Amino acid sequence: MKLGVLCSGGKDSLFACGRAMEKEEVVCLIAIRPENEESYMFHTPNVSLVPLQAEAAGLPLIEIQSAGEKETELGDLRQGLILAREQQGIEGVVTGAVLSVYQATRIQQICHDLGLWCFNPLWYIDQEKYLNSLLEKGFKVLVSGVFAEPFDERWLGRPLDYSAVTLLKHYREHYGIMLTGEGGEYETFVLDAPFFTKRIEIIEASTDYQNYRGFYRIIRARLVDK
Amino acid sequence: MILVIDLCCRGGSLGFDEFVRPIVAIVERSGFDVAPIHFRRITENCLSEADAVILCGTPLADHAFLKEPAAFAWLKETRLPVLGICAGMEVICTIFGGSLGACTEIGMTRVNVTGDDRLFQKESSFSAYELHTFSCTNPNNLEVLAISERCIQVVRHPEKPIFGVMFHPEVRNDWVVEQFLTLSGKYRITP
Repeated sequence: MKLGVLCSGGKDSLFACGRAMEKEEVVCLIAIRPENEESYMFHTPNVSLVPLQAEAAGLPLIEIQSAGEKETELGDLRQGLILAREQQGIEGVVTGAVLSVYQATRIQQICHDLGLWCFNPLWYIDQEKYLNSLLEKGFKVLVSGVFAEPFDERWLGRPLDYSAVTLLKHYREHYGIMLTGEGGEYETFVLDAPFFTKRIEIIEASTDYQNYRGFYRIIRARLVDK
Repeated sequence: MILVIDLCCRGGSLGFDEFVRPIVAIVERSGFDVAPIHFRRITENCLSEADAVILCGTPLADHAFLKEPAAFAWLKETRLPVLGICAGMEVICTIFGGSLGACTEIGMTRVNVTGDDRLFQKESSFSAYELHTFSCTNPNNLEVLAISERCIQVVRHPEKPIFGVMFHPEVRNDWVVEQFLTLSGKYRITP
């Protein structure tokens, strides 16, 4: 089955992509670029760098610009899926939804309306096992945004490695965050994945942080040999 | 051992992660041994080793299981407790002479318990996650235990501990699976 993967640039969508590649034929990535950083549906930081990830994965990219407002962005998503079907012949869509009924319900509905299959391979996954599996498989991930207490500025651009996971587990116990950041506590960007033929190197980045809310914005990056 | 049956169109599909793995996790967390198996691979031997059976859901677009009723003929004879989830309820409904009709629900809905059974004693009404394009329109002899505004949500066999739930208990209603597992020992009918 030909599948398109909804890709935000973060760990969940690219891990789901890898899982889909093990079972089916992934023919493209689909990225929705919200202008609004408060987008309800779509992860925001560094989504503009998804083209580099698509190139690293050797996959075509279908990209749609969205105003990122609550219900109109669903129409933008629909357009993205229609375009992916026209251009790449997708028969189904893969998402990185873990626990979000809001996100999953809306994507399921659009796929149903368009006659597309919908797969959520991370759905209700054990979050600790998932993060360990992400690291064991060799994904290189950094934290590209923080949006909750007690994340401080040092998290911006920090690699998501075993020591970071240990600290996240501590935060889960003491601050009630979701280990995977599914509640929007933090966002990530993937620099390398097992199915990338090249990895992403960051040349220049800036940070912007205030009151447990910050962004790590990648200004310049390039693909380099692995 | 709890037999968790994958109803997706083929074994090892991408749907397994979404519809079978979360059920396996609930069974394991409840302290039971679990054996996941695809519906085309069910044998008398694996049924004989099971203490209870759970039939899992499938992706919204996957209806292949409905075209293979012979693969579920064992349900008519089994004495095991069975919980059918979504696709699993559709199988139970058709195997026991009921019929299905088009009915799409996607997302959270209110389920109202209308029947009397130990499985649903804890809640008279609860919010549940739906993901289906068919529902049981004629339950035949199956008893209706719960409904939503749109369709029948829970059925049970009149004489056997065989249940069907239209909603997905793995999303926010783990207690339904846990209660089924707890009661399954008591439900077991000795041959």
